[in-house]
Amino acid sequence: MSGILGKKIGMTSLFNEKGESIPCTVIEAGPCFVTQVKTKDRDGYDAVQLGFEPKRERLVNKPLQGHFAKAKAKPVRFVREFRGSNGIPAELGAEVRVDLFHQGDVVNVTGRSKGRGFQGVVKRHHFGGVGMTTHGASDRVRAPGSIGASSFPSRVFKGTRMGGRMGFEQVTIRNLRVVKVIPESNLLIIKGSIPGAINSYVQIVKQG
Amino acid sequence: MEKIKLVDATQMRSDIPAFKPGDTVNVHVRVVEGDKERVQQFQGVVISKHGSGMNSTFTVRKMSDGVGVERIFPTHSPRIAKIELVKGGRSRRAKLFYLRKLAAKAVHQKTGA
Repeated sequence: MSGILGKKIGMTSLFNEKGESIPCTVIEAGPCFVTQVKTKDRDGYDAVQLGFEPKRERLVNKPLQGHFAKAKAKPVRFVREFRGSNGIPAELGAEVRVDLFHQGDVVNVTGRSKGRGFQGVVKRHHFGGVGMTTHGASDRVRAPGSIGASSFPSRVFKGTRMGGRMGFEQVTIRNLRVVKVIPESNLLIIKGSIPGAINSYVQIVKQG
Repeated sequence: MEKIKLVDATQMRSDIPAFKPGDTVNVHVRVVEGDKERVQQFQGVVISKHGSGMNSTFTVRKMSDGVGVERIFPTHSPRIAKIELVKGGRSRRAKLFYLRKLAAKAVHQKTGA
């Protein structure tokens, strides 16, 4: 499982060789540095930990300072682990750049979706609402309807879908295609949209 | 934001002439039929320009056998072989959608063509 960490820059569109317009997301990916190597003997599984986007020494707490010092790496803001090690050099401080990817590669992108705050069931769970604003019901259009029966079970089942906090959760979009790689400026361009707001961190994993 | 412009710059065209709503342009479009490619011309009045940079488009309207035909072109599309500025127009507004309601003669008067 090889991959890289990056930051969402925004969306635009590019033309393919047929002249069709392709919606694209631009990601600033890497350079990343290996901050820890996990081995089967020591940690129970093989993995490589990558760090992205340096931050000031002053902003790092003591335990993390020690962690980065061990790897002889600069302190970073975003750290993620990649299982296995194929494609990523399993060597402390090694650099991972965007040229790992090529046009046409299929990738999965994991990020944190935009927070939407407290939302009702229509937006949050795609409920249809209760009906129309006629026959004396003027305020039921976005209501959840019944949330359970009466004397049996006399309670609302756990997990019943209701309104609540929506978004700001981990989302993975699978099978996205790499449209273009610009290694000079560390840019990765992917067809389609990816989770999260602009400037949010994402993890890009190569498939196969 | 600058980084998006960097990406856009790889496909932006510099050979597109400056034109504005009201102008008459002749757009040469590459059409692929099977494995053959030919160039089709579409001449008419620019009635709208939309967006900026890579994502910008413009709308051209012409009368074809008495029927109004409009086409929206992405400004930087590689399918556009050439854009010719046929005649400069005179327009007081950015969107000339009102031309749709006018007779052909009135269109000429309005756009100063």
